[in-house]
Amino acid sequence: MPRVRFLPRDDVKAIHEASLEVLENTGVMVKNPGAVKLLEDAGCGVEDQVVHMPPSLVEECLKRAPSSITLHKRDGDDRLQVGGDSVIYNPGSAAIYFIDRETGEMRRALSRDLVQLVRLADALEYVHAQSTAMVPADVPDAISDLYRLYVILKNSTKPMVTGAFTKEGLIDMKRMLEAVVGGPEALAGAPRAIFDCCPSSPLMWSDVTCENLIDCARFGIPAEIIPAPQMGATSPVSVAGTLVQSNAEFLSGVVISQLVAPGAPVIYGGSPAGFDMRYCTARLGAIEAMIAACAAAEVGKHYGVPTHAYLGLSDSKAVDAQSGFESGLGIILAALARVNIVSGPGMLACENCQSLEKLVIDNEICGMAYRLLEGVSLDGAAMAADVIAKVGPGGHFLAEKHTRENLRKEQFIPSDVVCRMTPDAWRKSGSKDVLDRARERVDRLLEEHVPTPLPGDREKRLEQVFKDILARHGLPPPTVP
Amino acid sequence: MMKDKILEELGEAVRNFDEEGARRLAREAVEGGVDPVEALEEGLAKALREVGDRFGRGEAFITELIAAAQAMEAGAEVLNREIARRGASRKAVGRLLIGTVEGDIHSIGKNIVVTMLRAAGFEVIDLGVDVPTRVFVEKVRELKPDILGLSALMTTTMAKQREVIDALREAGLRADVKVILGGAPVTEEWVEEVGADACGLDAGSAVKVALRLMGEGRADA
Repeated sequence: MPRVRFLPRDDVKAIHEASLEVLENTGVMVKNPGAVKLLEDAGCGVEDQVVHMPPSLVEECLKRAPSSITLHKRDGDDRLQVGGDSVIYNPGSAAIYFIDRETGEMRRALSRDLVQLVRLADALEYVHAQSTAMVPADVPDAISDLYRLYVILKNSTKPMVTGAFTKEGLIDMKRMLEAVVGGPEALAGAPRAIFDCCPSSPLMWSDVTCENLIDCARFGIPAEIIPAPQMGATSPVSVAGTLVQSNAEFLSGVVISQLVAPGAPVIYGGSPAGFDMRYCTARLGAIEAMIAACAAAEVGKHYGVPTHAYLGLSDSKAVDAQSGFESGLGIILAALARVNIVSGPGMLACENCQSLEKLVIDNEICGMAYRLLEGVSLDGAAMAADVIAKVGPGGHFLAEKHTRENLRKEQFIPSDVVCRMTPDAWRKSGSKDVLDRARERVDRLLEEHVPTPLPGDREKRLEQVFKDILARHGLPPPTVP
Repeated sequence: MMKDKILEELGEAVRNFDEEGARRLAREAVEGGVDPVEALEEGLAKALREVGDRFGRGEAFITELIAAAQAMEAGAEVLNREIARRGASRKAVGRLLIGTVEGDIHSIGKNIVVTMLRAAGFEVIDLGVDVPTRVFVEKVRELKPDILGLSALMTTTMAKQREVIDALREAGLRADVKVILGGAPVTEEWVEEVGADACGLDAGSAVKVALRLMGEGRADA
């Protein structure tokens, strides 16, 4: 099966060794006192919040991390395996902008946009997980992390990638998840959500993210440790140097998490960005950022832990050819590198903007990527020698049973977002470009798709937990679509 | 009762692309004394129209439409023999003469179209491939078809479509026959440029276009 590899085994080892040296000699700044205490007790040297980790401790903690995570759908009826060669696409997360569906202009994202995005992602065939994809401007900051979770739980059964913005945010979100799955016990063995915990490059853990990481470990919540260096600005300009540093950041997170709870589920995340020295912007559509993301996942695979990367997003500010080719490259490379969780579809302007139209276009590319991974089937039926003999010179295969029976196996059949008409038929149907067609599919799916409601009394329980949280923050219940 | 069951099963055979089944059921219909014209129209052709409609809506694939047409043909062969034996006739929707133009030996597209048109009730006379312009003209004069179909797969042989139309005009026959052009490179601009009546001589739209032209023909008459 087709696969892309950037790092031979020796290179992975060299990066690993270099990262161990960074952790031992340079150290990592940890701004969370509880974590510092934990690390000190485990034998790390600490100086002004900078923690020096002995290689033996890092190696030992790495061994404890599980190789695979079972992510359950909301109502517990289905599951996704995160690890090995599985590839799961989900929308890129936490955008603050949104491409307005009427005007096409980029504006601040609102709660109603998030509801639409979640419903759309629930309907899409090749987007298998949700993400808390936007930070709506019309929701109070104090609850904006958990409000996004609330919207997903009400509008989708797909599992999700999310994250908290405060220490108590994570605890509140855990309570909400428990409410919809039937209590803490039900959630503990069957996670519905992965929580992002991002170290700050270079080599720092903020108090809040570190606490989130600790709480994930305590409660058995899968933690996605996502270094997000900007190459040349917050990490070395070289891909290899960036890999060494971000790997050290990941490993420091593994040490913290495994010291809290041996066997705590962690995911090797990556959001390496290029840094454009002309415009001073982070670039995730940059080809070297894609190389770094895939290569980082290879290091994660070498460690035997599930992997994640931000791929399939674009630095373009509009749904256009640039957004298509950058996202297409990222989605295909992610599949070829077997990145387990791929966050990016729908995203524009690096990680800052979401577009429903782009999401349905990217969904087609995800479908293509799954087909790509199937490669060339060479079994007897696929070789089709008997069919070739039967049809013979000058005949055709259109009426053959073999054609009908193998059509869907051999061919990825896209929705009409992808135009395959004759030029005449295309003109007659209004000469619509991909954006027009994407708009129509978004309209259709939003109109036709009915999300599965929460079963039994679980909606009531969720509302109660949400109301309690709002009351604690002194907020009146907002109007929630 | 038995008739309804057989008509339903004939339709099912077409929908399931089951040539053998269609042939067997057609024989059972004949042996059971079912009116062969009714078996053809209400059993086979009706089901094929359904598959055709599904194809038109993008819900069925061309491979399924063609397979359904072939299943219908298998059954229709048996029923047509019975119709002829009884001295009855199935009223043809229209007579259509078709061929691939001179210099072009591509037959697949044309053959599929022939299958579709026959299944839809057209009387189709197939002149084959690499047909000289003068043969088209002679046959139009001799057989007086309602429609002439000219197939050309290559941009290099498309010019022959114009040549045939010009020759029909010179022979004073152009007004007597509608001309449909087919083939991958054919566009509506080309139809207009060379003075044909329509394009769409492909498996998906051939029947629809041919029926439309028949309607126009009647309106003119």
